[in-house]
Amino acid sequence: MSGDLILFLILSLVAIATALGMLLSRNAVYSALFLVLNFITVAVFYLLLGAPFIAMAQITVYAGAIMVLFLFVIMLLGAESLPKGDALPWQKPLAATLAIILAVEATYLLVTKARPAGDILAPEGSVNAMESIRQLGMSLFSDYLLPFEVTSVVLLVAMVGAIVLTKKEKGEQK
Amino acid sequence: MVPVEYYIILSAVLFTIGVAGVLIRRNALIIFMSIELMLNAANLAIVAFSSVIKSYSGQIFVFFVIAVAAAEVAVGLALIVEIFKSKRSIDVDQMSSLKG
Repeated sequence: MSGDLILFLILSLVAIATALGMLLSRNAVYSALFLVLNFITVAVFYLLLGAPFIAMAQITVYAGAIMVLFLFVIMLLGAESLPKGDALPWQKPLAATLAIILAVEATYLLVTKARPAGDILAPEGSVNAMESIRQLGMSLFSDYLLPFEVTSVVLLVAMVGAIVLTKKEKGEQK
Repeated sequence: MVPVEYYIILSAVLFTIGVAGVLIRRNALIIFMSIELMLNAANLAIVAFSSVIKSYSGQIFVFFVIAVAAAEVAVGLALIVEIFKSKRSIDVDQMSSLKG
């Protein structure tokens, strides 16, 4: 058993445990903190897969910006936990059954049908980290220049949309 | 050396936990977090496949997915804040104004 495999197994246990913690904890703040840990674990997986730029983007954008926004909204609304309501009685067992069916199906189809040509990953065989980031940048600003620019428009639209949604109308009471 | 199947199975498991979160929880914020978890699981699968075929296009696609997820979170959280302002609750069971 190689070091990579041991690292992968430990990290995947952490990833699944934090995802379940996010799902099951009663308090939304704990859920958000579990999800931050999950995102950081996934960032380490990206490093193992030889994608250092995506790993750093994951940490800065997801674990940094997005989860801070989540925590800010949770604390702004004071909506840490919902009052005990009358939930549908059959909702949880049905959802769990459907989720297990989906997990089995997805795993089966992805492993058997979508099997890629090369089956072993060799992160140490890839070029060093700086070289891979350089090549990623070259390809992003040459082949994928138009999608890159469109992304900036998407971000602008989202910014304007968020401002328009939350700002008070002129003449609105309160 | 980790077989790519392991990454794919992990990605499927994380995606399923996200789906279960959307189905089980009633807090709109938790549902939103579960959606982020699903996006992340899909990203993991894309990066795993892209490192198998030794190509950077998968990583670039994941970069765009991250950017769109950031935009989605900004708009979605603004919507949740607006819903909370009008209904004083973010329980999705109570968002039934459009129910026929």
